[in-house]
Amino acid sequence: MKLLRDTWLIFRYEAVVMARNPGLIALTLAQPITYLVLFAPFLKIAMAGRGVATYGDAYAIYVPGLFVSMGLFGGLFAGYGLLNAVRQGVVDRCRVTPVSRTGLLLGRALMHVALLEFQATMITIAALPFGLRVGLGELLVAYALLSLVILLSISISYGIALVVRNENSLGILINTVGQPVSLLAGVLIPLSLAPLWVQNVALWNPFAWATEGLRALLTGHFATSAVWQGWLVMVVACALAVWWSIRQFNREVS
Amino acid sequence: MTSRPLLPVHDAVVAGGVVAPARRDLVIEAVGLRKTYRGRGRKAKPVAAVRGVDFAVRAGEIFGFLGPNGAGKSTTLHMLATLIRPDGGSAVIGGADLVRSPARVREVIGLVAQRSGTYDDATGRQELAVQAQMHGMGKAQARGVADATVASFGLAEFADRRIKTYSGGQRRRLDFAIGVIHRPSVMFLDEPTAGLDPPSRAEMWQEVRRLRDNGMTIFLTTHYLDEADALCDRISIIDKGLIVAEGTPSQLKRDIAGDVVTVHLSGPGSAGGADESLLAATIAVLTGLDFVHGVEGVDTAVRLYVDSAATAIPLTISALVRAGIEPVSIEFRRPSLDDVFLAKTGRTLRD
Repeated sequence: MKLLRDTWLIFRYEAVVMARNPGLIALTLAQPITYLVLFAPFLKIAMAGRGVATYGDAYAIYVPGLFVSMGLFGGLFAGYGLLNAVRQGVVDRCRVTPVSRTGLLLGRALMHVALLEFQATMITIAALPFGLRVGLGELLVAYALLSLVILLSISISYGIALVVRNENSLGILINTVGQPVSLLAGVLIPLSLAPLWVQNVALWNPFAWATEGLRALLTGHFATSAVWQGWLVMVVACALAVWWSIRQFNREVS
Repeated sequence: MTSRPLLPVHDAVVAGGVVAPARRDLVIEAVGLRKTYRGRGRKAKPVAAVRGVDFAVRAGEIFGFLGPNGAGKSTTLHMLATLIRPDGGSAVIGGADLVRSPARVREVIGLVAQRSGTYDDATGRQELAVQAQMHGMGKAQARGVADATVASFGLAEFADRRIKTYSGGQRRRLDFAIGVIHRPSVMFLDEPTAGLDPPSRAEMWQEVRRLRDNGMTIFLTTHYLDEADALCDRISIIDKGLIVAEGTPSQLKRDIAGDVVTVHLSGPGSAGGADESLLAATIAVLTGLDFVHGVEGVDTAVRLYVDSAATAIPLTISALVRAGIEPVSIEFRRPSLDDVFLAKTGRTLRD
């Protein structure tokens, strides 16, 4: 109970501070919208022979990829916020109070999840005029799965940030880890178009399973194995990453 | 000084169930606290920041850790405030064991760290309310306590502005208010006036005394001599991770028997200063005098520790003149904490 209360308290605290910078939030939408408008149309032509007949089909394939890429990179950037809070002394100030230390990290992480879910909603709305059509049920399940994607990359970012303790190293790691992971998740072009060895490597990438699951949901294939497999992989990976980041955090932070 | 009430009465959120202290009047008892930092990187050597410190703080005291930067003051304070786990030793704070039940310690302590610990984009009032909630208060109660704290700490003028617009003194006042919002029995202040201008420092000293007058026990670190002298009831002088002296400021100064006579060999501001050989010769001459207990060369002057300046000054002058040395000026004063530090460590704190 106390963990829930403290997590919610920190969630609101972080959200209030974040909401004081609406310009920044709007700015982070620029990149995904750019991809949505300028990249997705390529897919219609590139995948014309693979069942993609309309813009709606192309967007149903691309929007899930955009979700994952946004969740992955948006999440990986969360470590910067944590390092900033550590440097400003906010983390120490909170850690001297009886507030749950796990709640301290979870509340902060979940606020970031909510922020990125807001972005995903904006992307979905922006894709509607291009012909994206998705059922509300499928969409909600997709958002829930996306939350795990986001939480996974946030936790990885927190863990790395707490190990390296420095923004420059974090930035380098985000790029070197993030790029191959996103490509191997098929965020731009589905992995079914990739050579076999790439597909085999991607089997080890949890984000690839999530992308497949999300694509199945947004193309209306709710009952396919990709959906439950995506969920299973994400739940396990997420649990491990959250556990790891909390362990790092509950060691000494100062 | 006038003592305003610290905070309006609100329900205490501090839970009971603390272990019985060995001595009722001791609020902090530390024994053999140690901390060594593993160096970062392969070639880094471990740094022994705190090498075993013992001290006890009595209820209602302002207790200071005085020492130069890097002496281990902040590390000790962070250990006591449950932010760093000690490598060895133990401490009991407000009846709770630091190592075994840090959560209980957190219920009775407050911290004002060197870094302010607030978000630039938040307002003071928001941060106060959040802090109250982190100490277990409900939303409405927290808001009430935040409002009352704004009034009690005189923050009304800027409490609803973004913190990034605050002056250094305003930030510090907010930090204090945040640190005591749950009315802890023990307050930790890490360099509470570092970087503040003189009026703000004086204001903070008043604030610290006000906290004590309201029944809190204060543990603070400082590298300011005047702060330790004027503000603290008792101090420990810490150097290189060890306590080298402990007592009330006046006790410590009294232990440096008598007066301090300073012989200046060149006027302040004169170019070049006294040459090394003159300084060495002066020290040699004065060291041989039987009424001199100690001699230290400091820049272009020599400090003598004597029983009585009144009788020592004529004898000092005649000894110097006999050796062919003409001092530029001679002054004497009662010993300061810097003299204590010099006597214990062979270095001055101002270095």
